[in-house]
Amino acid sequence: MQAEVPGFQLDFFQLFGLPASYRLNNALLDQHYHILQEQVHPDRFSHLSEVERRVSMQWATRVNEAYQTLSDPTKRARYLLFLHGVDIQEECNTAMPADFLMEQMEWREAIEEARQVGDAAELDKLESRLLHEIHGLEAQLAARIDDLQDYAAAAGDVRKLKFLEKLVEEIASAFDALDS
Amino acid sequence: MALLQISEPGLSTAPHKHRLAVGIDLGTTNSLVATVRNGISVVLNDENGRALLPSVVRYLADGSVRVGDVAQAVQSEDPANTISSVKRFMGRGLSDIGGINGLPYRFVDAPGMVQLRTVAGVKSPVEVSAEILKVLRARAEDMLGGGLVGAVITVPAYFDDAQRQATKDAARLAGLNVLRLLNEPTAAAIAYGLDNAAEGVYAVYDLGGGTFDISILKLSRGVFEVLATNGDSALGGDDFDHRIYCWLLEKNNLSALGASDSRLLLTRARAAKEELTEHAETRLTANLRSGEAIDTVLTRQDFHAMSQNLVAHTLQPMRRALRDARLKVEDIKGVVMVGGATRMPQVQRAVAEFFGQTPLTNLDPDKVVALGAAIQANVLAGNRSGDDWLLLDVIPLSLGIETMGGLTEKIIPRNSTIPTARAQEFTTFKDGQTAMSIHVVQGERELVGDCRSLAKFELRGIPPMVAGAARIRITFQVDADGLLNVTARESVSGVEATVTVKPSYGLSDAEITRMLQDSSQHARDDMQLRALREQQVDAGQLLEAVENALAQDGADLLDQAGQTRIRGSMDELRAVLQTDDHHAIKRAITQLNDATVVFAQARMDKSVSRALGGRKLTDLEV
Repeated sequence: MQAEVPGFQLDFFQLFGLPASYRLNNALLDQHYHILQEQVHPDRFSHLSEVERRVSMQWATRVNEAYQTLSDPTKRARYLLFLHGVDIQEECNTAMPADFLMEQMEWREAIEEARQVGDAAELDKLESRLLHEIHGLEAQLAARIDDLQDYAAAAGDVRKLKFLEKLVEEIASAFDALDS
Repeated sequence: MALLQISEPGLSTAPHKHRLAVGIDLGTTNSLVATVRNGISVVLNDENGRALLPSVVRYLADGSVRVGDVAQAVQSEDPANTISSVKRFMGRGLSDIGGINGLPYRFVDAPGMVQLRTVAGVKSPVEVSAEILKVLRARAEDMLGGGLVGAVITVPAYFDDAQRQATKDAARLAGLNVLRLLNEPTAAAIAYGLDNAAEGVYAVYDLGGGTFDISILKLSRGVFEVLATNGDSALGGDDFDHRIYCWLLEKNNLSALGASDSRLLLTRARAAKEELTEHAETRLTANLRSGEAIDTVLTRQDFHAMSQNLVAHTLQPMRRALRDARLKVEDIKGVVMVGGATRMPQVQRAVAEFFGQTPLTNLDPDKVVALGAAIQANVLAGNRSGDDWLLLDVIPLSLGIETMGGLTEKIIPRNSTIPTARAQEFTTFKDGQTAMSIHVVQGERELVGDCRSLAKFELRGIPPMVAGAARIRITFQVDADGLLNVTARESVSGVEATVTVKPSYGLSDAEITRMLQDSSQHARDDMQLRALREQQVDAGQLLEAVENALAQDGADLLDQAGQTRIRGSMDELRAVLQTDDHHAIKRAITQLNDATVVFAQARMDKSVSRALGGRKLTDLEV
């Protein structure tokens, strides 16, 4: 359906009029997002023909997808690597470094323990430590993609980020469990 | 309204032609209709000067219907046929509705949605809601002096797909063209934000008669962006009444009350709740059927104690919404209070404590939603003014499908900005498998059984292959109303099968047609006439839209042949418009629509590239 729409051959960076890099001007991204939605959003076309309403929904959907991808650092990295033809092998490549996997186990245990005893302060602490770690990886990704063009190493970072994001989700669900 | 009208895409070239559109707040307790007149959003009152229409519908044995105050007045005399708070039943099965024993209705369990047996026959909550909407529609048409182009109907932000679909069906049944389903807190934010030129991150705390929503929005330079929403679609002012009611029963050693006594005490309980907003104590008196007289004093303190956990119940969705928005309490610049139930002092205090600031109550919490909906309706109808804004809303609950072992696989996560689409690939697990059943669910829980089931359908005609060879692509598309459409497609060796489903709680077009016929005295003639009128209106709007589009971009984007083709389809439509054959008109509309697809895409392409092209230039100057 989407491939048939002209204009959809632009990649997300081109669509947003931004350079295809990992480091991104977030304010400009938001600004361009709003400018694009102002043009294509279904609210602009609700009184027009069925065809125009349909084209508007396809475009607004596309712009939202692009914004979601570009505004999220991990998704943005994954997308950039895809544009460079690098397969991250997220589904099949489970050969992560042993020490990284060990760390994951420790994280998981710590979160589970905090959940069991209902320690919100501990969960908070774990979350900020985790975010710190994520930010470190993101800085490394920026260097590897934008400065060194070392896409193979960057793919490894993206795989690691996926693990860490799972942990963030686990902390969120632990908070949810605390509430109920 | 702007004095200067500049012609641009999407703008009618006939600025003097104001299209009548309304915003409707279809509430659990009360409903309202508002419109924009002379650039100002106003609530439309009834002939007695009352803005609020009680959401109460009474069915009489002769098939006639009473709506509003007249129905509410006799509620305890005819409880089984006088339906109030019907919003709680929208898109809900019998097992979903809590506290069913305390309700005086004769429920009928039906697949998808519960129904109610009345003296006038079995009624669906959709039909009951449509009666309320019909009254508001008539009020608006009388006062505005013409037919409505359409209406924006508000829904709780936390309404799921089934509840939204039911609301849209009710509006269609009431003969309203639904311009948009708009989330209530978002509508309130529009009214508040535009009124106060607000900028920054705001929370909207909306406690209505039967639903609770919390939305976090970012307001910046004419953009209203919902960051996260949460809530409880079965928590509201009604529950506070019920606490008082239970307390009354206990206090007076009452049990097994009849339906009319129950209704009477619930009415008294509501009055007491409202009294306690202004006074430290209130007296509840009632004469029961048995002759027993009730006379009890309730203090504000006792009321607060018995309703404390209801208030506490609203805090959890608030924490979740903040976490989803990745914000802290300190990031919230202001808290807008919406819904009559937010008048309760204990609610205001709890919200103030949570956010560490006094909530904003300078807008009437009963009217703000309808006022915001009217402003949005005015824009959607094509009456654009100079000061445009953009509204970016989200879906409240994750959408997914059932996978092996009764687990949910999320396809679209909650708080995704709409419209949105997501496709996921699945495969067969058995050799030679030619069909696959797909179960669509909504909710956050891991087990399918804990989520809401929206639709089940089968994809057939998969060519026999070894397990794992088939490629079944399931696409979820959520439109700007927050409504879901699911498509499944198998594409291997050129064989494809596509199924499009509508959620099972929604009504089919045939059912809507049947209900429309049931509700009409001269069913057939009326339907024909109505269909004709609808097609004529649609045709007129389409011709105007295409004419405008051609005037703006025809020469630029189309060659001579392209223009001729579209002109030809327009002439054909104009020709059949002279007849009263609504089928022929519909065919000509479809034909003209088809003829303009490429043109519409090219126009969008042009406006997108022009928008950012222009922006890049200004960026260079900075």
